[in-house]
Amino acid sequence: MGKVLMKGNEAIGEAAIRAGCLNYFAYPITPQSEVAEYLSRRMPEVGGVFLQGESEVAVSYMIFGAAACGARVFTTSSSPGISLMGEGISYIAAAQCPAVFVNIMRGGPGLGGILPSQADYLQATKGGGHGDYKLLVMAPASVQEAVEMVMQAFPLSEKYRNPVMVLGDGLIGQMMEPVEFPEHLRTEPSNKDEWATNGMDTRRSNQRNLVKTLYLVPEELNAHNLMLKAKYEQMEREEVRFDTYNLDGDYQVLLVSYGTMSRVCRTAIDNLKAQGLEVGMVRPQHVFPFPHKAVYEAAARESCRSVLCVEMCMGQMLEDVERSVAGRRPTSWYGKCGGEVPTPEEVMQAVKSLSLKS
Amino acid sequence: MQSEVQFAGFGGQGIMLMGQILAQAAMDQGFEVVWIPSYGPEMRGGTAYCTVVISDRPIGSPIIRNPQHLVAMNRPSLEKFAPTVKAGGVIFINSSIIPIGSGRGDVDELCVPIIEIAKELGNTKVANIVALAAFGTRSRIVEFDILREAVRSKFADKEKLIPLNLQALEEGRKAALAS
Repeated sequence: MGKVLMKGNEAIGEAAIRAGCLNYFAYPITPQSEVAEYLSRRMPEVGGVFLQGESEVAVSYMIFGAAACGARVFTTSSSPGISLMGEGISYIAAAQCPAVFVNIMRGGPGLGGILPSQADYLQATKGGGHGDYKLLVMAPASVQEAVEMVMQAFPLSEKYRNPVMVLGDGLIGQMMEPVEFPEHLRTEPSNKDEWATNGMDTRRSNQRNLVKTLYLVPEELNAHNLMLKAKYEQMEREEVRFDTYNLDGDYQVLLVSYGTMSRVCRTAIDNLKAQGLEVGMVRPQHVFPFPHKAVYEAAARESCRSVLCVEMCMGQMLEDVERSVAGRRPTSWYGKCGGEVPTPEEVMQAVKSLSLKS
Repeated sequence: MQSEVQFAGFGGQGIMLMGQILAQAAMDQGFEVVWIPSYGPEMRGGTAYCTVVISDRPIGSPIIRNPQHLVAMNRPSLEKFAPTVKAGGVIFINSSIIPIGSGRGDVDELCVPIIEIAKELGNTKVANIVALAAFGTRSRIVEFDILREAVRSKFADKEKLIPLNLQALEEGRKAALAS
């Protein structure tokens, strides 16, 4: 297919199809409605299904149902819609079903606004629904990366039998960039016959598969939670992913930023370099599991005087950055909310205002 | 080298399309590109704008407050964005409906009566293509032949519109060269 110019939302839809996902349930909400618009046309072309739910709560259970049957399934929404799906997501994680959720974040809380935001970081990485569960959370910084992450999200969700979230801000969905779709998707052989309610005829076995989330015996629920915890620990060992920028030299400031915001930081770093101030950056590509070790090591570099977490919210990833730096360096936050995307100049100003005395 | 173009006007003037064609052409010429629409809570007939960033390196910040160039398709857009344009850039003005200039002495101002030109071609809907061609000719961001191919490919599934749009391109180029 070569390189094509595509809007993020449409590219996300196409990526899911190319990952072999033929089941899409969703409810429209700005700034990601183009995914549904695109797939309402594309899914029938490839023999797939797009069904619009009556609400995001309903959608989350359509996802649960399809996933429990062993189907590749995904949905897309934006912040308030993801909040409504929180209950279903908790159930899907509890029942250990693979599914992919895409959150193209807008400003909150409440209905908030429709412009880009990163204010659902804590919801995505620490909770959202109830109970001890985690999502593997991928955070693209370009349309190309969004495509690659959506395609990887499906095999990852199957590897862990756990929901995976792709967390983008409104700009990732709205902007057009050149994209190239990977030719092949690497997938492990499916083990779904061992757990999915896909019918005994389908799996040619007499084994009864049961998908459930209710464990009334405390010892059983405790054991279930320990098993889930072991999976999340495996993610922390095997799925940390990050990118770095300008970390080779003697940088005085370390930025930690992800998604669109990290691109603004990149420009700020280039401009500051031209002015004689070296600044490095760690960009988490997966925000859960978080690259704690990479951030710690980058912060502990001798030349580094200060760590600045830059995000389009009031300081959420800051909690993970502080945990990583563990007091080794002064750690602070800069950001804006509500659809305001900080400019490179504003990030530069924030960097310059840090105290860099040793 | 990076340049940014802000396209701005009323909803319905083909603002998004102009930006998309320029972005496509720049990509075809081998540049990195980003196209960003405004997607605020707009009303019908309200403002519409998009930004195209073109660079020979990976594009950092996609948010541009001070673009290199401006294509102003109506008066409110000119008044709003003309002061933000970087010195030395091109400000294109749709002089069919904008009776004023940019008031800037440090930019290259190009005024073209695109609606009259489109009317002579038989369809005012191609005024945006006239404007795109005129702007492209003056700014030289992309090669004209590649811009022509981008128009062709944009209308590939509405083939009968291609000749008219190619004519609009030619007239836009002539107008830019003549002024």
